[in-house]
Amino acid sequence: MTDKKLFGVAALFDSPDSIVNAAKKIKEAGYNNFDINTPYPIHGMDDAVKAKSSKLGYITLFIGFSAAAFIMSFMWWTLAINYPLVVGGKPYFPLPAFVPITFEFTVLLGVLSTVFGMIAVAFNLPNNSHPLMDTEYMKNVSSDKYGAVIEAEDALFEEGKVKEFLKSLGGHSIELIYRPEEVKHKVFEPKFVIFLAIVAIICAGSTYITLNKLMYITPFDFMMNQKKGSAQAESSFFSDKHEMRKPVEGTVARGFMPYEFNGVADTNQFYGNPLLPTKSVLELGQRKFITFCSPCHGNYADGSSRLRSQFPPGPTLHSARVIGFSDGKIYNIITNGQNVMPSYAYQTTREERWAIVNYIRVLQRAQNPKPSDFTAISEIKKESGNVQN
Amino acid sequence: MSKIESGYIKKELPKNLGKTGLILLIAGGILSVLAYITDPARASFSYLTTFISLVCLGIGSLFLVTLEYAAGAVWSVPFRRISEFFASAVPYLLLLAIPLFFSMHNLFTWMNPEVVAQDKVLQGRMVYLNVPFFITRNVAIFLIWWLFYLLLTKNSRKQDESADQNLTTRNIKLSMAFIPVFAFSISIVSFDWMMSMTPKWFSTIFGVYLFADSTWLALAVLTLAAVLLTESGYLSPKVKRDHYYSLGTLLFAFTVFWAYIAFSQYMLQWYGNLPEEIIYFMHRWTGGWKYFSFFLVFVHFIVPFLILLPRRSKTNPKILIFVSVWIIAAQYIDSYWLVMPDMVNNGFTYSFSWMDLAFPAAAVGLVILLFNAKVKKHNLMPLGDPKLQRSFDFHL
Ligand code: HEC
Repeated sequence: MTDKKLFGVAALFDSPDSIVNAAKKIKEAGYNNFDINTPYPIHGMDDAVKAKSSKLGYITLFIGFSAAAFIMSFMWWTLAINYPLVVGGKPYFPLPAFVPITFEFTVLLGVLSTVFGMIAVAFNLPNNSHPLMDTEYMKNVSSDKYGAVIEAEDALFEEGKVKEFLKSLGGHSIELIYRPEEVKHKVFEPKFVIFLAIVAIICAGSTYITLNKLMYITPFDFMMNQKKGSAQAESSFFSDKHEMRKPVEGTVARGFMPYEFNGVADTNQFYGNPLLPTKSVLELGQRKFITFCSPCHGNYADGSSRLRSQFPPGPTLHSARVIGFSDGKIYNIITNGQNVMPSYAYQTTREERWAIVNYIRVLQRAQNPKPSDFTAISEIKKESGNVQN
Repeated sequence: MSKIESGYIKKELPKNLGKTGLILLIAGGILSVLAYITDPARASFSYLTTFISLVCLGIGSLFLVTLEYAAGAVWSVPFRRISEFFASAVPYLLLLAIPLFFSMHNLFTWMNPEVVAQDKVLQGRMVYLNVPFFITRNVAIFLIWWLFYLLLTKNSRKQDESADQNLTTRNIKLSMAFIPVFAFSISIVSFDWMMSMTPKWFSTIFGVYLFADSTWLALAVLTLAAVLLTESGYLSPKVKRDHYYSLGTLLFAFTVFWAYIAFSQYMLQWYGNLPEEIIYFMHRWTGGWKYFSFFLVFVHFIVPFLILLPRRSKTNPKILIFVSVWIIAAQYIDSYWLVMPDMVNNGFTYSFSWMDLAFPAAAVGLVILLFNAKVKKHNLMPLGDPKLQRSFDFHL
């Protein structure tokens, strides 16, 4: 095939020493477009071919600095500007804590860019078709031989002369290497499209299976699946099929006082109020009365409801009927409600209810004072020294 | 066995070098004695700073020698003798430590019974921090180092004549024994002489910190001497840029290593922010020390890092000489940073003093004199070493 273009002449050498020597001689002979291929780096080769130092370092340097700048500003923006978070009592922008991350990221991107840069340069990307590929020569130099290629582009290149020259240096298996024919490829090669589709299906499928199936297999179990009965579930162990157990009959919670008048038909017979009408008890009663009772019964228990007919107004508690109630009866009404009046057992504690009863008694006495109350009041006023007749 | 054609001719170093060394030692020595007379407390801190740098140089050089044997390194063989000569500071450490043993009460708060009586934590540490044990273990360590130095250098020198390969084998075994001993003892030395100045502070990485410093200093001194000697023809002409490159790379590596260790220590304690730990950095963060700490990062890491980063600078003799002088100074600055801020622990206030220049001057003089004397007596290259030819053939 004569229409093929010659790329260069290649020769194989048997020892690292001979290839270093050959490289030196080739360079000395004035060739510039030549290459040495060895299975591993050989000490002294840089010197022999007088290699200029690689430009790859600049890529690493540039990418490394960019990575450091990027990750620093990223952490600064996310953690100090966009969503400031105090972590461990440190400032929003704790520089020392960010240094390791910056370091790692710099090294990572620096290394990756070096590797990819090297591959890109060596493979002549995006062309991935170096003439040396798939040659007998390349197979040899990537296992146990050392090779040199003198390229046809070189000014001094003459096929016959170069062959002789390489032979004289100790090279053997001289091989002529041609440039591959240029082939135009279609963009949408059916094979390639099918390949893409298969890759897409595999990726999507494996993601789906991982997230929806594999994650549910132990030991990747979620915390909601635990080996214990849940509150509403049917029990296979207890005969009543209830997973949630009830306390033993007659159990009383700590600090809980059962309702005294359970099952008593007429609570009016109970007069006793366990709380004495001391100042603090009355203040508690007042507070609770204002909160819970005054909306319906009025601030002074006179039946002046604030509910504006949205609810049947509570009657006055100054009626002879209520005055006649025993403390136990009023307590019972608060606890259980009466007709439309709802129960206040959940809003108030036992003590608070008895305190409210005491407070109602005070309000009632204020509406229906006894003569002795007036003398008592004037005496109090006299003592404090501000008599106003 | 036939001798290798090394091209080395034994020559004496220029007379001026010895003279300079002598002048430095005498002038520095007189000033140092004067310092001890005028202000013993301040002088002992200043002396400790220099002493630590000297320990770093001596033991770091010995470590480089053993490292070559243990790792089977080839390229460094022409320079090994230089490190051996610098390691000759090791036998003097014991002698030089004696004044420090006498001024321990100035250096260490835990020597003060009143302070200890009030402090439960310190009382617990007295098991380790007491004068007899302190002196015993340090003397023992200096003696052990001395022993290793004697054995290693004796074998190495014997080989110049006999070229006996068994001597190399023997030194490899000695080096293997030395390295764990070195790791342990340098930690003890760093804990005793520096960490215990802040007696309640602790940092497990501190020994590694001193290791980084000592190897760095020993490498810088080696590089300086190796490049100067090679360039002016005292060493074999077969030493090439490839050898320089390896020295430069190691210097670069230990620059980064120090930064890594120093930052690790700082970051962990800064993050934990525990009173007994952070106190160390608080002392180095108050007043002018804050700027000194920044300065240290700049001098000890950023500048040598940037200088040594390009490949060219590792083979350029001028740059190598410059950077190794820089590093020698930077290591002294680091010793300074390690010692001086702790003066407050003993109730002293720090201020710069002329003594801080007198002691290092004397030390430099001493090292030059020792080196000069060694060069007069022995070969500057291990001529009988079986690896010598291979090391001349060394290529990048
Ligand atoms: C939602 C409005 C409302 C609230 C709040 C309310 N009550 Fe009543 N209360 C009523 C109504 C309505 C009646 C009348 C019930 C009936 O028809 O027997 C009533 C009746 C009573 C009676 C009996 C009066 C009688 O003559 O039989 C007493 C005592 C009483 N309430 C006390 C209280 C106390 C104490 C509180 C505060 C804990 C309170 N109420 C809170 C609406 C209320």
